[in-house]
Amino acid sequence: MLNTERKPVTGKRVQLMATCLCDAFYDDVAAATVEVLEHLGVEVAFPEAQTCCGQPAFNGGDWAASRKVVRHTVKTFAGEEPVVVPSGSCAAMMFHGAVLEFEKEKDVGEVEALGRRTWELADFIVNGLGVKAWPGRYDATVAFHRSCHSRGTKSGEASLTLLNAIAGVRVVEFGEGEQCCGFGGTFSVSFPNISTAMGALKLDHVRAVKPDVFVSGDMSCMMHLGGLAAKEGKPIKTLHLAQVLRDALKGGPR
Amino acid sequence: MRFQQIDQFAAELKADTRASVYQSTKTTHEKRTKLLFDQFTDPNRLREIAGEIKQHAIENLDTYLPRVEEKLKANGAQVHWAATAQSACETVLRIMRARGATKMVKAKTMVSEEIELAHFLEKNGCEAVETDLGEFIIQIDHDHPSHIVRPIIHKNRREIATSFEREGLGAYNDDPETITRRARHFLRHKYLAADVGLTGANFVSAESGRIVLVTNEGNSRFCLAATKCHIALVGIEKIVPRDRDLGILLNLLGRSGTAQDLTVYTEFIGGPKSAAQPDGPEEMHVIFVDNGRTDVLATECRDILRCIRCGACLNVCPVYRQASGHAYRSVYPGPVGAVLSPLLAAEKFPALADLPKASSLCGACNEVCPVNIPIPDLLLRLRNKAKEEGVPSPGTPPMGAWALLASQPTAWKASLVGGKLMNHLPTKMIPVPALQAWADKRELPRWRGGEFRKWMKARAKKPPSP
Repeated sequence: MLNTERKPVTGKRVQLMATCLCDAFYDDVAAATVEVLEHLGVEVAFPEAQTCCGQPAFNGGDWAASRKVVRHTVKTFAGEEPVVVPSGSCAAMMFHGAVLEFEKEKDVGEVEALGRRTWELADFIVNGLGVKAWPGRYDATVAFHRSCHSRGTKSGEASLTLLNAIAGVRVVEFGEGEQCCGFGGTFSVSFPNISTAMGALKLDHVRAVKPDVFVSGDMSCMMHLGGLAAKEGKPIKTLHLAQVLRDALKGGPR
Repeated sequence: MRFQQIDQFAAELKADTRASVYQSTKTTHEKRTKLLFDQFTDPNRLREIAGEIKQHAIENLDTYLPRVEEKLKANGAQVHWAATAQSACETVLRIMRARGATKMVKAKTMVSEEIELAHFLEKNGCEAVETDLGEFIIQIDHDHPSHIVRPIIHKNRREIATSFEREGLGAYNDDPETITRRARHFLRHKYLAADVGLTGANFVSAESGRIVLVTNEGNSRFCLAATKCHIALVGIEKIVPRDRDLGILLNLLGRSGTAQDLTVYTEFIGGPKSAAQPDGPEEMHVIFVDNGRTDVLATECRDILRCIRCGACLNVCPVYRQASGHAYRSVYPGPVGAVLSPLLAAEKFPALADLPKASSLCGACNEVCPVNIPIPDLLLRLRNKAKEEGVPSPGTPPMGAWALLASQPTAWKASLVGGKLMNHLPTKMIPVPALQAWADKRELPRWRGGEFRKWMKARAKKPPSP
């Protein structure tokens, strides 16, 4: 069972967990996250010592290695403010995975405490801040991929609430939306055949509804699907929800 | 081997096998979801309650097993305990020999697959005929089931028609009705000739000792109508505390497994035939099989013993849909099998330690499970167990160096910048296996390590916008 219980948000200051993927590849997603939060009047602090949530080793079965990284993360994000992360997967690692691998550790309490104040971005905006409207405009047909690690959380619904609130956005549903894209972290490289077959199926469904842009709250899924589409020679425009929200404020698609 | 066995198996699977597995699982899954959400206000709450009932039952087997033994005996059944597969098989043989019986008809039971009963009986000069149509086809083909509810999900009707022709069951005809009629005709004679009927049990109530069986073909009823001796082979985790618990479990089982409100037949068996009944078995034996279950109960993966064998997790699983059941090299395939099979393998765990890796951890299995088993958590626990026991894992990148880097911010920041070299090297030149496996099928995005941090710093220096 997911530990989705959250401390209510008080104050308007947050710590940003940018994610290792944004740190290495998707700087614009992290920047958009900052701009979106600041638009809402939230002060964003970026703890410089941050690295990764620890999920790669957790999923790879190396819990001892993962705990080392989680301990570093707990230390880095000390304090009481909410921690906001533009990824359902890293968020779930903090409030669920890390707690699981720390169940027999003495410092499990600190890990749990960080989990209770870690929010996926859309969940934070809609359920933490109570924001359900979004100004600006974004003229596009959008296919939204609900990433698997936000199953059982309010993130998927929150993302759709925001997308549907933007003038000009038309959200289209596609077939087998509940199915995984096939990324799965280390799964993508140790099971490359199954992983890419799953990705191809997802792309077929998405292409069938002809979106202008394919949006998700997790860049890991987008890295896999976008990379697969590009390799096929049929690239697809992928964006993070934060980028759509930011671009809407600035008048529309870039 | 560069990659995982299950991935290799999937890559080599025939396209039409994959297509039929995909189509069939997808259809059942979608019907299941529609049925549950059309008919119940909060099906997820039902799954939670059912999970709590089963969890309570498996955690209190020390109370319920003696209670059910007492009830069964009071109902006129004989109770046997089998700690191992071998002992379960021998118990069956002993019961048959005591009656001078050599012919058995059997209904579909996964635990009989698990203990390889039919094989054992054949070796000992007894006939054990499968009467479930799917299992019958598996038996004549000397094949193995690839799904726990639909054993022949990997076969098409043309293959079945060819097998029937080979077995002398009539000239080639791949019309499903004809196939079924021929199997029925053949099996009628087997029922009449048999002395012993063997079934499994979907549930056993500790309150009443009632054994509950669900089928769609009615074959288990024939097994019990025509024979004089009923043997029920039951995994010890099949106990439910009360008769009324069956209400919720049966409601979920049919819908989750085959997208039916209820299966066509639901039998409640209270004991051997009474003096007032004209037909039915005069003798009834219940064999409770452990075969590793109490050892599973002692682990942190004990929740898997809640499983009611509906197959919903197989149907929804994107990996199962790509790989089919034989990829799992065990009696229980799919997500539930990826947890249960390595656990039941006991000291042979390393041979099946790759099964829990065959998942993107998408969580769909947990979302459909009628007893709400947290399958992804259990897969993760077993991955950690494999790592701790030093079982090699092909294709999984080593995590030690990464963890070191990710707990030292200075080194991390340096490597963010250093990673930019990747943009100037052809991917093929970078000797990292995981990167090669990625880039073989997917473009890699441009490395922009450290760019966000630069942006953040530059921004902090600017005066705040008015």
